[in-house]
Amino acid sequence: MRNHLLPWRIDAFWRGLFLLAAACSASVFLLVFVFLLHESAPALQQPGVEAFFQDDSWHPTSQHFGMLPMLFATLATTLGAIFLAVPLGLGAAIFRRFYAPRWLAPIFHRLIEVLAGIPSVIFGLWGLLMVVPAIAQTWGGPGQSLLAAILVLALMILPTVTLTADAALARVPGSILMGATALGLQPGAVIMRVALPAARSGIQSGILLAVARGIGETMAVMMVAGNKVQAPWNLLLPVRTLSSNIALELGYASEAHRAALFFGGLLLVSTVLLFLLPQWCWPRRKSR
Amino acid sequence: MTPLTVPPPRPKAPKSVAHEASLVAPNPPAPSMPEPAVQLKEFNAWYGDFQALHNIQLVLPEKRITAFIGPSGCGKSTLLRWINRMNDAIPGARATGTLEIHGKNILGSSTDVVALRRQVGIVFQKPNPFPKSIYDNVAFGVRLHMKTTRAELDEVVAWSLKKAGLWEEVKDRLNQSALGLSGGQQQRLCIARAIAIGPEVLLMDEPCSALDPRSTAAIEELMFELRESYTIAIVTHNMQQASRVSDYTAYMYLGNLVEFGATANVFENPQCQETEDYITGRFG
Repeated sequence: MRNHLLPWRIDAFWRGLFLLAAACSASVFLLVFVFLLHESAPALQQPGVEAFFQDDSWHPTSQHFGMLPMLFATLATTLGAIFLAVPLGLGAAIFRRFYAPRWLAPIFHRLIEVLAGIPSVIFGLWGLLMVVPAIAQTWGGPGQSLLAAILVLALMILPTVTLTADAALARVPGSILMGATALGLQPGAVIMRVALPAARSGIQSGILLAVARGIGETMAVMMVAGNKVQAPWNLLLPVRTLSSNIALELGYASEAHRAALFFGGLLLVSTVLLFLLPQWCWPRRKSR
Repeated sequence: MTPLTVPPPRPKAPKSVAHEASLVAPNPPAPSMPEPAVQLKEFNAWYGDFQALHNIQLVLPEKRITAFIGPSGCGKSTLLRWINRMNDAIPGARATGTLEIHGKNILGSSTDVVALRRQVGIVFQKPNPFPKSIYDNVAFGVRLHMKTTRAELDEVVAWSLKKAGLWEEVKDRLNQSALGLSGGQQQRLCIARAIAIGPEVLLMDEPCSALDPRSTAAIEELMFELRESYTIAIVTHNMQQASRVSDYTAYMYLGNLVEFGATANVFENPQCQETEDYITGRFG
């Protein structure tokens, strides 16, 4: 009975095991999506998809299901945070890669890694105690606002942007930077005209990752945004994001209200997909 | 600047350079020295506390090919990279003495390094095209240094690629990525990129050591063509290559310039025992 030890059998065993692992991770997304569809199905029939986009307010217990202000709030906080975090993160990565003294660069890198590991609730606490009062004192208003959410979220996605940009810049071969120097480019021009373009696809992936994280971020944003359902037209007024909405109301929601919250989840996932889609449709050119 | 004496013409290179195995170069007896393009006087260079070059006195004659030979670590590349100040980027690198290009010392901190690098181009050991199209690689330096119309730029790119012997192979795919070219083609592209901005001196740091024999032959033939317009300095570990392509040869050892002279003389009748040992492979 030694047959089971034949090499091809052993190989088949490992192949099966790895296939299982791959299948598990690949199917999670589909399972989540189907689950969201299933749970929000009642809401899709009654009140129907149009209601979520056309109702003028969010009072789910009295049949008003307007989600558009919250969708806009999610987009506004995310894009605002990206707008701040991308230049900051890119600048930090460029500094570390090209300008930082030899002793500082690794320390700086560690610090950013630690920043990435800070739980979001801590960012929320810090935002609530430092950022919110500062905004209220400086510009007035309640302090808990779109601006506070943007600032806190920007700091949270900063490490993602910095670390991915840093890794992308590290992959640019030193030989082409030297080639650019040899053609008469000053160090700053070498970075802007050769290093950044060469690292572009990696930097873009990092930004998309940060967008996805920003769209989904719940806890910290909920703690500083004020959570009033209104369109995000004023930086100093409170807003409520889609993810906060789910976290705030799921505890007591039932029936149509509950299904509506799941539809909010579906909307969140769809928004993330919408941002990722262009990258799938136009895959970056293979650089050999 | 016009040369006072017109140097005697040099016989054309043998076509099949790759098969030229002889150590004896087919060069004529030492030609009379043309104008100096690059001149080093009492030149010393350091990396931190380590002195890499000792009191170098050397002239690179204009529109001639000078080969630098010698064992690894002898300072050939260091010397080459001082000529267009590529060593500026290395912390702790410094030099004393004078290094003149057409009579102008370029070692001072007041030197316009951008202008210098336009005047002195360099090609590295490993081909290093930018991850851009073939066209953009050649146009890159031109766009930086000159204001040109699109038509003029097209012309410069075509001229450079022709001069680098690459035009026929790439003229139909100028917009494709340079990274799709073979190693030898990439190296010729780097040469085209360097000459597109109109340098007077071309430095080549082991330009063929990463290439196969056929590409090496192509680059060597190209060097003969370029010799008509540029002063060329080449570092090589290949003795046959040095004897095939160069007019003058400098043998360096441990940061010293041991011997310098017309290539035929250096290879046939070296003045120093060390040079002879190195050339004949008894050492190095």
